[in-house]
Amino acid sequence: MITVGLYHFLVVSALLFSFGLYAVMTRRNAIGVLLGVELILNSANLNFVAFARYGIFSMDGQLFALFVIILAAAEAAIALAIVLNIFNNFRSINVDEADSLRY
Amino acid sequence: MNTIILYSLILLFLPLAAFAINILVGKRLPRKGDWVSLSAILISFSFALSMFAYMLFIRYDPDFSVEWRWLWIDLGDFVIELGILVDNLTIMMLLVVTLVSSLIHIYSISYMKDDPRYNRYFAYLSLFSFSMLIIVLSNNLFGLYIGWELVGISSYLLIGFWFEKDSASDAGKKAFITNRVGDFGFFIGVLLFFTAVGSFNYGDIIAGVDAGAMSDGLFTAAGIALFMGAVGKSAQVPLHIWLPDAMEGPTPVSALIHAATMVAAGVYMVGRIYPLFSPGALLFIAYVGAITAFVTATIAVVRKDIKRVLAYSTVSQLGFMILALGVGGYVSGLWHLTTHAFFKALLFLGAGSVIHAAHTNDMFRMGGFKKKMPVTFWTFLIATLAISGVPGFSGFFSKDAILASALEFSFAHPGHIMLFILPLIAAGLTAFYMFRALFLTFYGEPQDKEIYSHIHESPGSMTIPMVILATITILITFDQWRGFEYLPLVGEYAGWFQHLIHEPAAIFTGAAAMAESVVGHGASEETAHTIAMWLSIFVAGVGILLAYLFYLKKSLSAEKVSKSLSSIYTLLRNKYYFDEFYGATVIRGVLGLSKASAKFDDTVIDGAVNGTATITIWLSKASRWFDDHIVDGAVNGTATVTTFFGTRLRRLQTGTVENYVSFLVVGILVFFIFQAIF
Amino acid sequence: MQNHLLSALTFVPVLGMFAILFIPRDKSYVIKVVAAVTTGIQLWLAVQMYIAFDTTTSAMQFVEHYAWIPAFNIEYFMGIDGLSAPMVLLTALLSFICIFASWNIEKAVKGYFALFLLLDAGMMGVFVSIDFFLFYIFWEVVLLPMYFLIGIWGGPRREYASIKFFLYTLFGSVLILLAMLALYFYNDPHTFNMLTLMETTYDYNFQKWVFLALFIGFAIKVPIFPFHTWLPDAHVEAPTAVSVILAGVLLKMGIYGILRINFPVLPDATLWFAVPLGVLGVINIIYGALCALAQTDLKKLVAYSSISHMGFCLLGMAALTSAGMNGAVLQMFNHGTISAMLFLLVGVIYDRAHIRDVNGFGGLAVRMPIYGGMVALAFFAGLGLPGFSGFISEALTLIGGFGAEHSSSTFRWLTGLAVMGIVLNAAYFLWAYQKIFLGKLNEKWAGLSEINGRELFTIVPLAIITIILGFYPMPILGMMSETMNGIIEMVKSGAITALQ
Repeated sequence: MITVGLYHFLVVSALLFSFGLYAVMTRRNAIGVLLGVELILNSANLNFVAFARYGIFSMDGQLFALFVIILAAAEAAIALAIVLNIFNNFRSINVDEADSLRY
Repeated sequence: MNTIILYSLILLFLPLAAFAINILVGKRLPRKGDWVSLSAILISFSFALSMFAYMLFIRYDPDFSVEWRWLWIDLGDFVIELGILVDNLTIMMLLVVTLVSSLIHIYSISYMKDDPRYNRYFAYLSLFSFSMLIIVLSNNLFGLYIGWELVGISSYLLIGFWFEKDSASDAGKKAFITNRVGDFGFFIGVLLFFTAVGSFNYGDIIAGVDAGAMSDGLFTAAGIALFMGAVGKSAQVPLHIWLPDAMEGPTPVSALIHAATMVAAGVYMVGRIYPLFSPGALLFIAYVGAITAFVTATIAVVRKDIKRVLAYSTVSQLGFMILALGVGGYVSGLWHLTTHAFFKALLFLGAGSVIHAAHTNDMFRMGGFKKKMPVTFWTFLIATLAISGVPGFSGFFSKDAILASALEFSFAHPGHIMLFILPLIAAGLTAFYMFRALFLTFYGEPQDKEIYSHIHESPGSMTIPMVILATITILITFDQWRGFEYLPLVGEYAGWFQHLIHEPAAIFTGAAAMAESVVGHGASEETAHTIAMWLSIFVAGVGILLAYLFYLKKSLSAEKVSKSLSSIYTLLRNKYYFDEFYGATVIRGVLGLSKASAKFDDTVIDGAVNGTATITIWLSKASRWFDDHIVDGAVNGTATVTTFFGTRLRRLQTGTVENYVSFLVVGILVFFIFQAIF
Repeated sequence: MQNHLLSALTFVPVLGMFAILFIPRDKSYVIKVVAAVTTGIQLWLAVQMYIAFDTTTSAMQFVEHYAWIPAFNIEYFMGIDGLSAPMVLLTALLSFICIFASWNIEKAVKGYFALFLLLDAGMMGVFVSIDFFLFYIFWEVVLLPMYFLIGIWGGPRREYASIKFFLYTLFGSVLILLAMLALYFYNDPHTFNMLTLMETTYDYNFQKWVFLALFIGFAIKVPIFPFHTWLPDAHVEAPTAVSVILAGVLLKMGIYGILRINFPVLPDATLWFAVPLGVLGVINIIYGALCALAQTDLKKLVAYSSISHMGFCLLGMAALTSAGMNGAVLQMFNHGTISAMLFLLVGVIYDRAHIRDVNGFGGLAVRMPIYGGMVALAFFAGLGLPGFSGFISEALTLIGGFGAEHSSSTFRWLTGLAVMGIVLNAAYFLWAYQKIFLGKLNEKWAGLSEINGRELFTIVPLAIITIILGFYPMPILGMMSETMNGIIEMVKSGAITALQ
C-alpha cells in the first residue's frame, strides 16, 4: 500500500503552481489571469499545510494558509474592482488592450 | 576789569561791528554806510588817544603793563587762552594804527567816491582795522596768528578790490599766497614754542624758555621759523615780491596797509616777542633786513611808476627796521616804525592825490605839478625830506639811530661790517630815488600837456589828512631838536619815546656771548652815533645832489648812465628776476606736481580701481563660459546619457502583461539557476 | 533713565518715508512738505538732545537697551556720548537743509524723498548704535538709498559712479563684517556690545588683523588714500543735496567708526598703527590739495578738498593727544558744515549755467554780488581762515599732531608737512575764486540771476554756524572733550603689548 507522504503533496502543489503560472502567462481574459493567480496561491497553501503536517513548524503552516485565504479573498475583491474599471475604460477585459502605460 | 582793558576791547570790536553792518546792510544805509566805518574808527582812535595821553602824561612809566587773559578753549588737558596785553609799545602802536586808519578813512571818502562797491570798501577797511588791532593787542602767539591771517585776507580783499582788472586779482592772490608761505614758517615756530612750553602766552613762553624748556639749537630754529612770518608780512627778501604788485589796490589802501600798518606788523611782532630770538636768530634777522634794505632800494631807483617807487621804498625801510632789531637796536627799529608809518602814509596819500588828478602812475608823464597842486606838493616835500634823512625831520633821527646801532654792532663784530655798509648805501639811494620822484613829478616842464591841463588840487577831505600827517611827521621828533629839553613844562618829555619803550631783558641760553657784547655800552656807543650821523648826512646829501643833477638840472643824463651800465640796469629793471625765478621753480614745480598728482590719481589709482573692475568682468566672463560649457555641460551630459538609455530601455515596456510575467518567471529561473550553480 | 529720544531720532524719518509712500505720486508739493516736516521734527529732537546733553561725563547717555535676538546675544542698544552727539546734530541739520536743497527735483519726486528719508534714518542709526550688529545694519541701510539717489537722479555718468560707490563701499562692509564676527567669537560669551568689546584684552596679532580689516572698511568711507577714487566720481554725478549728504555726513561715518571701534577696542593695534595713520593723514592733506589744484571741474575741486580736509582728522587722531582728538572730531563737524556750504553753492551755479568748468566763467562777482560774497565766505572758511570754524579745528589737529607723545619726532615732521597743505589749500581756493568771480565779466553769463531766497535759506544757517564756532568753538568742543579724553585714556591704558 502506498502511504501518502510529503512528497505527494509537493508534487500536487508543483503541478497546481505550474497550471496557475501557465494560466497567468497565457490567458488574455483578465478573469482567467485572476483564476491563475488563485491557483498559485492555493498551491502555496497546499505547501504550507503539508509542511505543517510533516515538518517541524507545527501549527504555523495552518495559520499562514488561513491568512493567505483571507488575503486571496481581499485580493480577488480588489482585482475584480480593477477589472471592472478596466472594462469601463476599455470596453474589454482583455489585458492586452489595457496598454496605456506602454512606451 | 581794568579800564585800560575795557578800552582796548571796545576799540578792538568797534571796527568789527562796523564791518558786519557795512557788509550786510551798508548798501541800503544813507551815504552807503561810510559813516559807520568812519565813526567806528574815530571812536577807536579817541580811545587810543586817551590811552596814549594816560601813558604819556599820567603814568610815564617804562614798565607800564596790563594783561588780561581769557580762557577760550578748555579741553581739560589742553587749553588755549586768548587775551590782551597793553604796555607802552602796544599803546604807541594802537595810536599809529587808529590814527593812520582814521585819516585814510577820511581820505577815502573822496578818493573812492562813485565806486560801485563803495560800502564794501569801507567794510573791508573796518575788517582790516579790526585784524590789525588784534595783532597789536594780542598777548599770545595764537591770537597773533589769528590777526596775522585776518590782515592777510583783508589785504587780499583790498588789493583785489578792483577785481575786474586781472592784474589786481592776480596781485591779491599773490599777496595772500606769498604771505601764507611765510605763515607756514610762523605756524611751525608757534608749534615749536607751544610744544616746548605748553602755552601760547608771550610771558609764559619767555618764562618757560628761560627755565630751559628748549635746547639752544631748537630755540634758534624756532625763532627763525617765527621770523619767517615777519619775512612774509613785512615783505622782506626773499618774500618781498608781493608788495610792489599790491600797489594794484586803491592808493589809500596802499598807504594804510602796505606802508604804515600791516607791513609793519612783522617788525612789531619781532619787537613784541624780542626775547624769543636767540643771538643766532637775531643775526639772521639782521642780515635779512640789511639785504632787503639794499636790494629793494636799488630796484626803486629805476622804477617809472610812482607807486612802485614808494612800494620798494617801503620794503627798503622795513629792511632798516628789521636790521635794527637784528643788531640790537630795539628802540631805534620801533622808533623808525613809528616815524615811517606817518611819512610813508603821507607819501602814498600824496601819490594818491597826484594819481587821482592825473589818472596815471607814470612819473615820466608828469612834471611841473607843483603849481597846480600846492598842498600836495608841500606835504610830499616834507615827507620826502623826512624819508631821505634830512636833519631835523623825523626820518633823520630814527634812521640815524638805526645806522648807529648797526655801526656799533660792527664795531663789536668786525666780520659783520656789511650790516653797516649795505644800509648806509641804501640810505643814500633812498635820498636819491625819493628826490628823483619829487623832481619828476612836481618840478620841471610838464611832460604830458594833456594831463597837465586837467589836473587840479584834490578836495579838502583828501588834503586835510595829508596836512595832518605832514604836521605829525615834523612834530613827532620835536623833542629831539636841540634845546628842547630846556623848554619849560614840556622839556621833561625830551626823549619820551626812548624813555617809554625799552628793550626787554633777553633770555641767555648758552651762546649768549655774542648778544652780551652787542648790548655793551660806553664810549663805542657815542663814537658810533657821531660817525653814523655824519655819514648818513653825507650820503643823503650825495643822493639829493645826484637826483638834482640828473633830473632837475639835467647836467647828467640818466639815459647815458643806464646805457653804460646796461647789464646792471636790465637786472634792476627786472627786479633781479625774483618773479621769474619763482615762476620757473616754485610755481611751476607746484603746478607740475599737482598735474602729476591728478594724473596719478586718474591713471594709477583710479586705473587700479577700474582695472580691478575690468579683471572682475573678465573673470566673470570666464566663469560664465565655464558655467555654460563645463558645469552646465556636465548637468546636460547626465541628462543626455539618461535619455540615451531611456529611449532604448523603454522598449521593454510593452504594455502586455504576459510579457511582464514572462520576464518575471525568467528572472526567477535565472536567479535559481544562478544560485544552484554557485 | 530710559527715554526713547534716540529711537525717535532714528525712526521718525522712516515714518515719514511710509507717509510719503501713501501719497499719490502727482502731489509732489505735499511730498516735499511731508519730508520737510519729518526732518524738521528730527532736527527739533536733535536740538532737544543738545539741550539735555550732559557735557560733564564720558558715559553713554539717552541709553536704550533691550534684548533683540537673544539666541545670538544681539541687542537693541542705543546711546550717545560726546563723540556721536555732534554727529547726530550734524546729520539732523544737514538732512533738514538738504530737503530744501532738493526742492527743485522734478524726476520721480516720491521715490527721491522716500529714499532720502531712508538714508537719513540709516545715517542717524549708525551714529546712535552701540551694538555692533545694529551698527552694521544701519551702516548697510545707508548704502542702498545712496546707490539709487546717485544712480537715478545723478548726472550723465551716474551709473558708473553709483556702481563704483556701491561696490567700493560694499567691499569695505565685507571687511567690517569679518572683523565684527572675529570680535564676536573672540569674546566668551559671544557679544556684539561695543562697551563689552572694549573691556576684553585681545591677542596682539589678532588686534592687528582686526584693526586692519576694520580700518580698510572705514577708510573707504572716509576716504583715505588710496581708497578715495570713488569720491570725486560720486560727487560729480550726484545731485546737489546728495553731494552735501555724502560730504557732510557719509565721510564722517568712516572716521566715526575708527574712533568708536578701532581706538577703544583695539588699543595695542592703535598705537602700532598710529604712525601709518598719521602718514596717511598727511598724504591725504597734501595729495588731496595737489589734486584739487589741478581740477577744472568745480565740484571735483571741492571733492578733492574734502579729501584734503579729512586728512587733518586722521593726523589729529593718530597723535592721540587731547588737542588732536578733539580737533579731529571738531574738524568732522566743521567740515560737515563747510563742505555742505561749498556743495550747495556749486549747485546754485550749476542750476543756472549747467556747467561747472571754472574756466568757463569769469567776472561773476559783478553780476552776482551776494552769491560771490557767499562763495568767498565758504572758500575762506575752506582755506582755514581765522574767524571760521575750520581754522580752529585745523589748528587744533596740527597742534595736537605736533605734540604727539609717541613717535614724537616722526609726528613733528609729519605735521610740518601738513602745515604746507594750508598753503596749497589757499592756492586752489583763491585760484578757483579768481577764475569764476574776478576779472572781466564773461558776457555769456550776463543773464545769470542772483541767488534766490530758498538757496540762501539753505546756506545762511550753515554760514552762521561756521562763523559762531569760528569765534567760540566751545558749544561743540565742550560736548566732546570728556569723551575724547576718555578715549585717549582708554587707548593709553589699554595698550599693553605695544608699550613694552
